[in-house]
Amino acid sequence: MGNKKKWLETTYQQARERPVRFSTVSDMELDPLYTPDDVTGSYDDALGNPGEFPYTRGVYGSMYRGRFWTMRQFAGFGLAEDTNARFHFLLGQGQDGLSTAFDMPTLMGYDADHERALGEVGREGVAVSTVCDMATLFDRIPLDRVTTSMTVNCSASILLAMYLVVAERNGIPWERVGGTIQNDMLKEYIAQKEWICPPRPALRIVTDMIEFCARKVPRWHPVSISGYHIREAGSTAVQELAFTIADGICYVDEAIKRGLGIDEFAQRLSFFWNLHNDFLEEIAKLRAARRMWARIMKDRFGAMNPKSMMLRTHAQTAGASLTAQQPTNNVVRVAIQALAGVLGGVQSLHTNSMDETLALPTEQAVMVALRTQQVIAEETGVTNTIDPFGGSYAVEALTDRMEREANDYIRRIDEMGGMVKAIETGYPQREIAEAAFHFQRQLEQGIKTVVGVNKYSIPEEIPIATLKIDAGIEERQIQRVRKVKRERNSAAVREALARVAEACRSGENLMEPICEAVRRDATVGEVSDIFRAEFGVYKDPGWI
Amino acid sequence: MADKRLRILVAKPGLDGHDRGAKIIARALRDGGFEVIYTGLHQTPEMIAEAAVQEDADAVGLSVLSGAHMTLFPEVMRLLKERGAGEIAVFGGGIIPDDDAVKLRQMGVRQIFTPGASTEDIVKWVRENVTPRS
Repeated sequence: MGNKKKWLETTYQQARERPVRFSTVSDMELDPLYTPDDVTGSYDDALGNPGEFPYTRGVYGSMYRGRFWTMRQFAGFGLAEDTNARFHFLLGQGQDGLSTAFDMPTLMGYDADHERALGEVGREGVAVSTVCDMATLFDRIPLDRVTTSMTVNCSASILLAMYLVVAERNGIPWERVGGTIQNDMLKEYIAQKEWICPPRPALRIVTDMIEFCARKVPRWHPVSISGYHIREAGSTAVQELAFTIADGICYVDEAIKRGLGIDEFAQRLSFFWNLHNDFLEEIAKLRAARRMWARIMKDRFGAMNPKSMMLRTHAQTAGASLTAQQPTNNVVRVAIQALAGVLGGVQSLHTNSMDETLALPTEQAVMVALRTQQVIAEETGVTNTIDPFGGSYAVEALTDRMEREANDYIRRIDEMGGMVKAIETGYPQREIAEAAFHFQRQLEQGIKTVVGVNKYSIPEEIPIATLKIDAGIEERQIQRVRKVKRERNSAAVREALARVAEACRSGENLMEPICEAVRRDATVGEVSDIFRAEFGVYKDPGWI
Repeated sequence: MADKRLRILVAKPGLDGHDRGAKIIARALRDGGFEVIYTGLHQTPEMIAEAAVQEDADAVGLSVLSGAHMTLFPEVMRLLKERGAGEIAVFGGGIIPDDDAVKLRQMGVRQIFTPGASTEDIVKWVRENVTPRS
């Protein structure tokens, strides 16, 4: 220790230091310098080479020298055909995977013609109420070749069923369908707050989907364990890491209780992290996450297959970090955040568009965001060597510290009896609200800076063009749902919905009955109504 | 000056779960010395108008980030009037484009705060613009 301590007391002491708080965006205070004194553990234990346990340096042997990450821009608005056109545009621009944003009614399990859908149809994403809408959404897209990610949670079982039915109608067997559905209900109660029923039945549906996919749709990732929304809700980086991994532990526990062997399903669990402004903190977070998950899967759950230990992840730049003021500055933020993701070794990436604090992105803004990834991949050279920050004293020290602090949280959650219990007492929710308030206060006190907001602001700004959603969309979608409801065989639908209700009660896996119901044109809202009737409705406790 | 503390209902209409802002504002208003009632998420305009009347609110702050503000703000105001509580000050914030904010103010929404507004500004605005109803 002598070396660093001596330097701090002599050379650094005499040098000039700005009178500010040197801390990360999560307010983790940093030393002025990290040296070999700060790095513990042997290379093989703590890091390992890429593609080798504990995967700190990357899950694949050749990482981006083998292939770049999947460039996957999240898209969805208006009617199914509007989003289908955006999908074709993105694929034409060199994007290699799709990612679907649904509108709020679809996400919350309401049809477009429900009174609670009023004003929200097609606004924040694409409106999908029936399997016909899903078929339009993926029209002329080869579902056996393009992988699709669907961001949907409490109604995920229904949307996955619709996707599978569209695939079978296109002659593609389920075994060849690949993709990811977010379906991480625990983080809904913690952060994103989209739900139908209370946590326990919600967890049962998630487990049904893990089991169903392991047996019937082997290329599908049934859960994307998500820190993204936890961070957007205002958590620190360590909280994002800790609560997400704790959620993952809970899903694994449930699947094992269901009778699945760890190596039967664990390799299909994937992750989704936020990429925030603090460059080194984010790189360290991603590296720590991989090491933590590998150790947990091996030591806590006894996984034998290395693939079960590999944390493979999607990441998205931080929406909450973007500013409505001087929005072109957001292009710079996104580029730096995305670079942290790539240096942190992600497998798939979404870069936000500069206009997303104002509205859904325009095609032009999306193109700049996608080009940002292509510049990182093909111009900057950072993909030539694997984990270039590995061995940086600062990054390794931060990686160790984040793992340690996240493990403290996980221990506390274990002591509470697991994540469901912790959620029921509001523990993670309160921790996040506290961190969000702390950041806001630091911002208002000028301890933290947001360029263009609390510093370098300008009085007059030139407005940028934003995407407008046609107000007539809602009525057209309502008419479309009503037409399906009028023309289908309603006795067959009733019978299929009764089967879903029966499976809710008996504990039989829900997925086959839901597939049959949507095959017969049962809607998102109708299946969700069965959940509401059988499992009850969750209400926000409204904790401040 | 009457001693009655202003009662502010912070409400989150619509189906989205973006409650980071609403919670921060609720807490800042409470720290600013107001009585704050937070409705929680996923409220319908009926639920909000009813709560405002029941809770004897002096103002209702609506947080909308779903893009449905042009539907939700007018509906809450209409329902307040229907309940004889049209004098309750309605203000709000969220992802609201400037031209929509102008229209909402023309409809009688007292103030719209957009991203970047400080909690101090909001507390100050409430202190200066909201008066007790009784």
